[in-house]
Amino acid sequence: MIKLENVSKEFETRGKKKIDAVNDVSLEINTGEIFGIIGFSGAGKSTLVRCINLLEQPTKGKVFLNDKELTAASAKELRQERRKIGMIFQQFNLLAQKTCIDNITFPLIISGVSKKEAKERAKELLKLVDLEDKAKAYPEQLSGGQKQRVAIARALATKPEVLLCDEATSALDPITTRSILALLKKINEELKVTIVVITHEMRVVEQICDRVAVMSEGVIKEVGTVKDIFLNPKSETARKLILPERDRIPNGKRAGILRLAFDGQSSSEPIISELTLESGAYVNILGANTEDIGGKAYGQMLIELPADNEAVKKIKAFLDKRQIHYEEGGNADVTAD
Amino acid sequence: MSLPIDTLVELLKGGLLESLYMTIVSTIIAYIIGIPLGIIVFVTDTGGILKNKPVNFIFGVIINMIRSIPFLILLVAMLPVTRAIVGTTIGSSATIVPLVAAAAPFVARMVESSLKEVSPGVIEAAKAMGASPIQIITRVLLPEAKPSLTVGFTIAISTILGYSAMAGFVGGGGLGAIAINYGYYRYKTDIMLITVALLIIIVQIFQTVGMFIANKIDKRTNN
Ligand SMILES: Nc1ncnc2c1ncn2[C@@H]1O[C@H](COP(=O)(O)OP(=O)(O)O)[C@@H](O)[C@H]1O
Ligand SMILES: [Mg+2]
Repeated sequence: MIKLENVSKEFETRGKKKIDAVNDVSLEINTGEIFGIIGFSGAGKSTLVRCINLLEQPTKGKVFLNDKELTAASAKELRQERRKIGMIFQQFNLLAQKTCIDNITFPLIISGVSKKEAKERAKELLKLVDLEDKAKAYPEQLSGGQKQRVAIARALATKPEVLLCDEATSALDPITTRSILALLKKINEELKVTIVVITHEMRVVEQICDRVAVMSEGVIKEVGTVKDIFLNPKSETARKLILPERDRIPNGKRAGILRLAFDGQSSSEPIISELTLESGAYVNILGANTEDIGGKAYGQMLIELPADNEAVKKIKAFLDKRQIHYEEGGNADVTAD
Repeated sequence: MSLPIDTLVELLKGGLLESLYMTIVSTIIAYIIGIPLGIIVFVTDTGGILKNKPVNFIFGVIINMIRSIPFLILLVAMLPVTRAIVGTTIGSSATIVPLVAAAAPFVARMVESSLKEVSPGVIEAAKAMGASPIQIITRVLLPEAKPSLTVGFTIAISTILGYSAMAGFVGGGGLGAIAINYGYYRYKTDIMLITVALLIIIVQIFQTVGMFIANKIDKRTNN
């Protein structure tokens, strides 16, 4: 669907110093997937995603949408192609002087759709994002989450095949973040829109992504399924992102690890206590990235398994009983970057 | 009073109408020239949607050159041009020529600064939606800058009114001419004070109405 071939973007700063914001990135994003690009601030994620719709002209390399080379398209062709690529931003970027409905009809009007038709489509979209009652409101009158919903509706107006999300939830609180991510997931599933999510937060990747690329210093360090990256992070960057406050996964062999995913269970802590009591085995918590939203636990936890096979069986039985989703990680070596 | 009251009222009424005529016509023409100029300077700037260094430089220099000439000197320097266009250098219509020359570059800078207030993110979003440069100008930049443009208009029209009063020195009409002819040449201080008071009142009305409209149409603060 989207293919980047050896894409580089170099910026020249004031002192004539050059920055390789994106350095020789090759990437393929498949139709229908939710693809995450994660990295710390300054990694080059925004620059990379802006190279996809050519808001940023790559200094080197090629960008393809389906089989069309965007980097070779004329200005006019590029404008046409951009209608197939929706984009949402951290700061929403709504037209402040236009109502919600006029924001949503905007991309349609500029592509030559009649006013009446555009209004109809906008109403459908407002329904999709659950904001039917805000059609006549101005952005200033909306909350952050509502603004992002309008922005999503606007981005979907031209029925794009791809939706690019640059830190779309980074300005939002945890509860609103959840609901926006759930909406993106719904759009992916129901409208079959391929979604590219840029974020510095693992919880975002974990909630909705199928695959993820880990980026640092303009380079893609690793690409894999979310499960793979969580259980066997190969790069230093990935490990730091997964377990932000500590870096405790020891190098070398170990008995194995389990990734527990909390998806709204009452709370993560009693579960670990109960697990220890029921299995009679000690588990070593390698790291946790859970958050409490309204008394419910969301997020993930990595625990190191005991060497005792019986204990492992008991642990798994307990998790199955409590319907806690888990994945088992291998004994793979953890390598440095 | 140094003049019979009826004569005075007639005199001031005529002056007022002439001043308003010069100011409004000059402002309109200055905007017809200044808006495109301001847009050109904005979009061709570094990081603009139609970045073009030479064009930006040339227009920038022209604007700055005219802006740095004191208005009284511009008035005199423009006399031949005025004569060529209007046929005379005396009266209200003749004053419009130098007024426009002085105001258009000023308006261009006001427009440019209003456009600079539009969030770059919004321009970016429009680009990402496939908007052409013309569409970005007409459907994003100008509508989003409307409140700020209105404030700018208020400042511009008040400034032009002030310039028009100065034109009284070189044979322009209006309240300025009255203040100079009666107050300065004939030492009738009371008449000069009345004209000054009238000018202040008009500026105040422009300001109040302009700010009211700007606030009213700004959807970021109202409704
Ligand atoms: N327009 C620009 N001009 C110069 N440097 C830039 C520009 N945009 C980004 N950069 C630099 O490129 C690097 C990557 O930035 P960015 O893509 O925004 O990272 P991220 O989105 O991962 O935080 C940073 O060092 C940033 O300072
Ligand atoms: Mg960024």
